[in-house]
Order: sequence, then C-alpha cells, then structure tokens
Amino acid sequence: MPKELIRLLDCSMAFDGEVVLNNLNLYINDKEFLTLLGPSGCGKTTTLRIIGGFQRQSSGDVFFDGVRINDVPPHKRMVNTVFQKYALFTHLNVFENVAFGLKLKREEGKKLSKNEITSRVSEMLDIVSLNGFEKRDVSSLSGGQQQRVAIARALVNQPKVLLLDEPLGALDMRLRKDMQNELKRIQQATGITFVYVTHDQEEALAMSDTVVVMEKGVIQQIGTPEDIYNEPKNAFVADFIGESNIVDGCMHSDGVVEIFGRKFACLDRGFAPMEPVDVVIRPEDVDIVDVKDGMLTGTVTNITFKGMLYDIIVDFKGFKWLIQTTDLSPVGSKIGIKIDPDGIHIMKKGEFSGMFGDYSSYSAEYDDISDVEYEPDGADSEAAAYET
Amino acid sequence: MTKKPGFFGRFYIAFILFFLYAPIFVLIVFSFNSTRSRSVWSGFSLDWYRQLFSNSAILDAFYTTIAIALLSAIIATAAGTFAAVGFHHTRRKFRTPLMQVNNIPMMNADIVTGVSLCLLFVALGSALRFRLGFGTLLIAHITFNIPYVILCIMPKLRQLDRNLVDAACDLGCTWMQAFRKVILPEIRPGIINGLIIAFTLSIDDFVISYFTAGGNVMTLPMQIFAMTRRRVSPEINALSSILFMSVLTLLIILNVREIKHEDKMKKRADNLKEVN
Repeated sequence: MPKELIRLLDCSMAFDGEVVLNNLNLYINDKEFLTLLGPSGCGKTTTLRIIGGFQRQSSGDVFFDGVRINDVPPHKRMVNTVFQKYALFTHLNVFENVAFGLKLKREEGKKLSKNEITSRVSEMLDIVSLNGFEKRDVSSLSGGQQQRVAIARALVNQPKVLLLDEPLGALDMRLRKDMQNELKRIQQATGITFVYVTHDQEEALAMSDTVVVMEKGVIQQIGTPEDIYNEPKNAFVADFIGESNIVDGCMHSDGVVEIFGRKFACLDRGFAPMEPVDVVIRPEDVDIVDVKDGMLTGTVTNITFKGMLYDIIVDFKGFKWLIQTTDLSPVGSKIGIKIDPDGIHIMKKGEFSGMFGDYSSYSAEYDDISDVEYEPDGADSEAAAYET
Repeated sequence: MTKKPGFFGRFYIAFILFFLYAPIFVLIVFSFNSTRSRSVWSGFSLDWYRQLFSNSAILDAFYTTIAIALLSAIIATAAGTFAAVGFHHTRRKFRTPLMQVNNIPMMNADIVTGVSLCLLFVALGSALRFRLGFGTLLIAHITFNIPYVILCIMPKLRQLDRNLVDAACDLGCTWMQAFRKVILPEIRPGIINGLIIAFTLSIDDFVISYFTAGGNVMTLPMQIFAMTRRRVSPEINALSSILFMSVLTLLIILNVREIKHEDKMKKRADNLKEVN
C-alpha cells in the first residue's frame, strides 16, 4: 500500500473573479511520478505553485504527510522546484547555484560545514553529469546544461517532493527525449516523488506513473497512462491524449452501440437502453477493407505521409474520420472499414460532447495551428498568476 | 550595410565636434595660462589651480557640492531601488501611471522644480521653524535624483526571470533574504549606474540648488555664478576644467560599463541560440 504524501482538499483559486481552479481534490503518493497534464490556462501550473507555497489557494486545504500546511511559507516546505526557464541565479557560478540551498540549510541546528557542502554539491553534479562545470558562469551554459543545473540545485536539498514546471519546454526535440529518460532515471535513483507539469501528452504518457488531465481548472481524469489513453472519460481527454474520432452514438444494450445507423459490437456495458453516448475510435484501431466487407463505406479525401504511416481522412456521410494506416488508398477512392469490439470506447455525454473529434477542418498544418492557439492564452493566465 | 563616410561626411563630423568642444578646450588651455589674459597664451603654470585651492569660499563650495552629491546620490539610490522593486511588483494597471508620474519631474523645467521646492520649503519652514540651507538643498537634490535612479533600475528588474524570487524562497530564503541574496546582486549594474548618474546630476545642478540653498550655503556652480558676476577670474577656468573632467570621467565609466554589459548579454543570448 503506497503512502500518501500530499493531499489537496477542495482547493479553489480565483484571480480577479476568474476561476482558475475549481474544487480540486488530489492526492499524491510517496515515490510516485505524477504528471499534471493539460493545455495552457488549465490550472496545472497554479496547482503546482499551491503545492510549492508560492501561491495561496483562495479556499481549501493542502496537507503534507498528514499535516495541514496552508500557512507554511515556501522556504519551510519539504519540496523543491525546477522552474520554467530554470530561474538560475546569473550572478553566481554553477557551484554557487547548486550550493545556494545548502548554505541556508541547518541540520540539527547547525550550519553545514564547507566540506560537507562541497561534497554534496559534487555528488549532485555527478548525478546530472556536470562535473568539472563548478566554476562556469551559468549564462555560458547551453539550455540542456542550465536545465541540469536547475535540477541539481533543487535535488541537492534532498526534498521529499520535486516539483517540475514544464522543465523541458525550452529544449529542442532531441534534447527533450534525452532529458525525459534522464529525469525518469534520476527519479528512480533518488526515490523522490516527482510532480511534473506539462502540456505535452507524449511526455506525460512516457514518464508518468499517474497522469492527471486538467482543463478549465477541473480534473478531467486521473489514471495510469494506459487508462487515460484506452479509457478516456470524456471527449476532452480523448481528444487531448492522442488522436481520436468522436462520433455520436446510441447504446442499444450492453455491448451493442449504433453509429451512423449501423450496429457495432463493443465491450462497454452499464448504460441505459437507447442512451445517447459519445463513441471514441482511435485512428489506429480502424482496419481498411474492401467496400463489400466493410461495416461502413467512406471516401478518402486527404492523405498525409507521416513516415511510418499515412494519416488519411475519410468522409462518412459528411463526417470526417482520421485513420492511420500503412496501406495507401488514393484520394477519391471508396473504402470499407472494420472496427473490432475492443477498438470502440463508449463515453457518457458531457460538457465537452460535440466539441472535439471531428476532422472536417483537418489540414496538414493542423497540429501547428493548435499549438499556436495555446501559447498566447497561456501567457495571459500565467501573467495573471504572477501579478497576484 | 553602413557606408564609410566620405570626405564631406568626415569633415562635417569634425566641424561639429570642433564647435562642441572648442570652447571647453579653450577653457582648459587657459586654465593653465600664466597670466590673467584670456586671449594671449603666455606660458604654462598651475597658478590658478593653486589659487583655487587656497580660496576658502571656493573650497567650502567644493566640499558642500561633494557632500550634497554623495549624500543625495546614496539616499536617492537606496530610496529609488526600493521604489523600483515596489513598482515592479505592482499590477500593470497601477504601474503604468506610477511610471508616468515618475517621468514628469525629469521633463519638467529645472526652474519650475526649483521655484516650487523653494515655495514648499519656505511654507513648511515657517510652520516648522527651519530655514533654507544644507538640509533643504539635500532634500531637493534627493528629490530630483530619485526618478533617474528608478529609470536606471527598472529595465534590470524587467530582465529578471520572474521566478527568481520564488526560486530563492524555494531554496530556503525568507523574502528579505531573497531580496538581499538574489534581487540586489542581479540588479546591481542598474543600481551602480543610478548612483553614478545621481552623483553627476547633483554636481551639475545649478538652478534647483540656487532656489533651495538659502543665503548661507553655496555649491560650486553657484559659487562660479557668483564669481562671474563680479569679474571673470581665471580661477573659474581652473574650477570649470576640474568639474568638466570629473563629470567626463564618470560618464566614461558609465558608458564602458554599459558596453561591457551589452557584450555579456549578447554572449549569453548566443549561447542559448546555439542550443535551440
């Protein structure tokens, strides 16, 4: 039975009347790698800052190891933070940056000796592979190296929990992948609980024990990466994690769902008879077959070569699906599709129904466009978070 | 692409520089003249400097000026630093008007500032029983220095990573420790620039000092003005030369610091670019 370390109880947060967190309830276990995942402005950074003590929740309680810590200032909490863009002290060198926390620390009422500090710092620089960099000016380091200084500076204080706020956001793709492995390795080596904030779903799935998907200040789903991907609770989660076709359906009985007037076998049960539902079909779960063998027939309208696969857009009676396939069907051709029962996932209707999962407006630049949309929004909400 | 200036361009620049600096050059040259003449060079001597340093009125004014400049620069820098940090942490809605209010005194005519301070001091003085003198002069200098100090420090604060204080607190600092150990060292170049500018402006000021010093205290510029009203003694040449050289030195220090700082920032940006 894992031990509970942090609990947020009914935490809410509002800036100037704008609700950023709405009655958040969350517990974090010891030695867990937990990720807060969501688009910018969803409240994930605010949650992290409440745990770190940099922001006071408008209402609700925070517990650490069973003790209420609402009034404990950041410098007395047993957590350390790796900040977005690192927040390194540019007037200090690498050694002094890492030693900063140790110099303030008192163990059994006494300051740490110089030798003790030196040995702990070099031990930590070992872990992040930065030995020999002690005397370097932090501004002379590359982004990846600065990142590792930030991690070392936080970890050297032996926190119970390490908070990481989009720590890989400023790095390029390849470095990100390396640092993901590096972080996972450090977490396993030190046995420290990691609370990680990101908007990158791949990063979240690859690194976490537990993923918390957030949107509009509300937790949408908590679960293992597999749960979140395979059993999304609503249209928002299904769309945010990976690609999803989400269509209206109607539950006939346990294990039978109707889509586009056709009945499909599925594994889901426990819905009322004839209940309207959202049906999620992952692009990789659709098999392309001959028209005569297909459960549905559609027309290919768009093809994008993605390397290992093709992304093709197929029009079913005006509703467009994204299908990932290795077989090329030319634009304009008619194809049949087959879906296995375990490729169909049924969700109850909710506030996000009808907002996601339609690829009618799909274009090759789709991903870029949606990324751009996130940024200004996030900058605003962060600015609000800092001004208060 | 910038084109190298041709003959005409170079001539033009030389011409402008000549007009700007010829008077000062003449002044400096004649401060070393051995006679009282201001048109005939009759040999090198340090007489005027010697006389200058034995003139007790001038020496008094010199000490007053240095004391006022040092004190007002230090106090204005301390006050300005706290004010800038305060401004920086106010919401934008309030910060913008605050900065506007801060900028107005800098653009205001010195004579208006001087007269209004004088009126204020006289009015307060009659109520609180004090007279114009060293104290009012110092307050006046602090007043006109503070906006410049704030203006020097604000850009440094804006460059700071906004998580810096949080990072320091996260590592065990109280807010005051974070201010001392992180914010102050990070904005130190701005603070020193502010100090130098305040010192320079204070030495330089005539108009505001004239209205706020009262009858018994004199700064160097006031002393020079008083001396020229009687007759222009070559001592003034020597004194002006010293003033010019000290202000020039401070300005050079200031500029060298800025260039060095820019180089450092550029190097830093290049480092980050290489990676991303």
